[in-house]
Amino acid sequence: MFTFIVLLGFTSYYFGRRKAYTIQSTNKRLTALPQFYGYYLAIWCAIPAFIIFSLWAIFEPTIVKLLILSDYSNQGYLDDELNLIYEKTKALSRGQFTGEITPFIEASAEKYLSLRSIAQSSKAVIVLSIIIASVAYAYKKISSNSKTREPVEKFLKAVLFTASLAAILTTVGIVFSLIFQTIDFFKVIPLFDFVFGTHWYPAKAFVRDSSEALDPTMYSDTFGAVPIFAGTFFIAFIAMCVAIPIGLMSGIYLAEYASVKVRQYAKPLIEILAGIPTVVYGFFAALTVGPFLKEIGNSMGLDVSAESALAAGGVMGIMIIPFISSLSDDVITSVPQSLRDGSYAMGATKSETIKKVIFPAALPGIVGSILLGVSRAIGETMIVVMASGLAANLTINPLESTSTITAQIVVILIGDQAFGDPKTQAAFALGMSLFLVTLCLNIVALRVVKKYREKYE
Amino acid sequence: MNKNKEQLLNKRYKAEKRFRLYGQGAIFMALLFLTIFIFKIFSTGYSAFQKTWLIVPVTFDAELMMLEQNPSKEDLKDADYYDIALKSMADLDPNANEDQENELKRMVSYFFEREIKRELLNDPSLIGKTKDVYLTASDDLDQVFKGNYPRDLPEDQRRVTDYQLKIFDQLVELGKVESKFNLSFFTYPDSREAELAGIASSFMGSIFSILVCLMIAFPVAVLAAIYLEEFAPKNRFTDFIEVNINNLAAVPSIVFGLLGLGILLAVFQLPRSTPLVGGITLSLMTLPTIIIACRASLKAVPPSIREAALAMGASKMQTTMHHTVPLSMPGTLSGTIIGLAQALGETAPLILIGMVAFVNTIPGSPLDPAASLPVQIYIWAESAERGFVEKVSACIMVLLGFLIIMNLFAQIIRHKFEKKWS
Repeated sequence: MFTFIVLLGFTSYYFGRRKAYTIQSTNKRLTALPQFYGYYLAIWCAIPAFIIFSLWAIFEPTIVKLLILSDYSNQGYLDDELNLIYEKTKALSRGQFTGEITPFIEASAEKYLSLRSIAQSSKAVIVLSIIIASVAYAYKKISSNSKTREPVEKFLKAVLFTASLAAILTTVGIVFSLIFQTIDFFKVIPLFDFVFGTHWYPAKAFVRDSSEALDPTMYSDTFGAVPIFAGTFFIAFIAMCVAIPIGLMSGIYLAEYASVKVRQYAKPLIEILAGIPTVVYGFFAALTVGPFLKEIGNSMGLDVSAESALAAGGVMGIMIIPFISSLSDDVITSVPQSLRDGSYAMGATKSETIKKVIFPAALPGIVGSILLGVSRAIGETMIVVMASGLAANLTINPLESTSTITAQIVVILIGDQAFGDPKTQAAFALGMSLFLVTLCLNIVALRVVKKYREKYE
Repeated sequence: MNKNKEQLLNKRYKAEKRFRLYGQGAIFMALLFLTIFIFKIFSTGYSAFQKTWLIVPVTFDAELMMLEQNPSKEDLKDADYYDIALKSMADLDPNANEDQENELKRMVSYFFEREIKRELLNDPSLIGKTKDVYLTASDDLDQVFKGNYPRDLPEDQRRVTDYQLKIFDQLVELGKVESKFNLSFFTYPDSREAELAGIASSFMGSIFSILVCLMIAFPVAVLAAIYLEEFAPKNRFTDFIEVNINNLAAVPSIVFGLLGLGILLAVFQLPRSTPLVGGITLSLMTLPTIIIACRASLKAVPPSIREAALAMGASKMQTTMHHTVPLSMPGTLSGTIIGLAQALGETAPLILIGMVAFVNTIPGSPLDPAASLPVQIYIWAESAERGFVEKVSACIMVLLGFLIIMNLFAQIIRHKFEKKWS
């Protein structure tokens, strides 16, 4: 069917162009290149086909369902039961039904199949006749002085515009997917308990029956997110303690000291660190760094958990080094040479110039790059899931295990999820807070970096 | 006075040297991390490309296999191999009691029956004869042979018994244990048994996800970039789109996983755990990356090209489609490949949409449940068995290999085909 329509599109293109050539051969001037006549017809073929297909996709299931369930009306079934019957019918017609097959269901399954095949063939007939009608109409319409280029280009522009909406749609999608579950969550758990509660123990919140789900007292002390937020920022803090000094110093060195040759090799090598998948860092942290720290700690008489915040944070810091180093490198190289020259002329050494002149001048950009790094640390998932603990301890001891927003989302949502369960909703609420926090960080950071760029351009 | 000045100068020079040293130290540290990292992965992973085989004499006893005279090919396929398989393992030690026979059986993988069957199907004339057959050793013995197993642990703390070790050592001495290239690592799907686990299923899952991602993200991103760079009027709305794109590029990947779960699975009812959903989720993630790369390379096309085309009477659309876009393609393509490489390494969103399900079949289409390479790394890293540790590292090596190839490819496209405007 689809290939057939594509073929029709090509044929209409061919006819359009041929008509243009015939017009041309009668020595009349065309208003556009012959191809445009072809494109014009092809668009007249594609648009109706697209509209009918989407309408069909929207309405066919509903209509089929109504027709099937009309057999069961007047029999006093509840809506839920009717839905169940319909699901059974569909499963049976696909041959995936397991369970008892009643004659009723079997009859409906047969009816379902026949309805589907009627729908398919009528769709084919309708689409084809409408396409042919519209193309024939357009074919009649085009003549030597009809405009074809403008509509074709307008159409293309509309397509381009629609594509550019994809980014907005994604954002809207993110917000929508988060917001409904989050609102449902806060209907059961008061916002105050979530933001200020200090006990996070979602495993406790198993819903046994629906009356229990509505009882808010059951969830007191289960969804207090303070330990999670604290753990998130704590691990991000450890990561930045590793990433900022190393990243910043290597950025400065690459921008100001390194010879062309060193720069040529060192920069891409450091950037490899950014290309390594996070799950690999997670494995490294869990298998090598965690046990290593534990051994060192034990030899010093310290009690170190094998899944310490230090291991996760440290490895995360390594991951963030290249972000900070290459961004600050960019920022520093874009500081105008005149500032350096002025400083050198006053007799300052290179390091004094860097510390007193270049660094302050580049500070907004550097802050921006650090903020982007923080946002990345907060949103990082796999390292924490694999290397840090999953129990939410409220602690500031880097040798103990803590948990983060991202890790909790994964823990809750791995495996099967039941929508409508406060546990699942809690994950979405956490996702919402993660999204909001990183969004703020990103907006601020991007704005700072952009402002800074404009200043020196 | 003069002396003071000199001291001050010395101090300043020393500070200068120190600062320089800090810089060198930072670079050194970063590179050191990288080296340790690569070294660690390779040193634990390389041994997974070897697999240990036990060479066991198998007697193809027609009676035990329930075969009649002159069996057909079908008969051979339906024959009972379990008894002869069991018997050949038990025969390794004639004095074994029942418990020990059980232990002997557990020295090889549970595929041993199939391996013996394959041998006979290859050569039906073996009936009634005895032949040395290569059987996959259990993952623990595999580790023992590779020297990764702590043999000095007390017996009750390890999964290999003293008896198994004794027989195994005898076999080693007889030269009946061999290590060969581990082909099954690439051709077998995932398994709960480390010795039989391979990356074929997750590899195909990754390929399908990336293809879906490419097919959605590339056209949409290129079209969007063309609009924003060439046609969009400067107004609030397009500014808003721009801010949006830049922010999306920095949204944590797990949020995209929640999007996939909340919209694609819950609202659109797409099938769980499939590369189709994974690919769509990843495409939303790579979209901003490709848009940004494509816009940058469109921007790099000098205005003179556009002006020349417009001066020749081309419309704005013709100028863009015939001149600007083709000239920007190398940059766009290399940006796309880098975006896809990122998507290939992504784990968290795929976990949320259920691609962590245990899949022991090789998926044949994007609609079959599958894992992906990074998710496979996660799954194996979480399992306790010793045999999986080297598998994880080997899987990482495969994944890193792909990422390196993709990035090299992007570099080559950029350097070979990109025009330098001066």
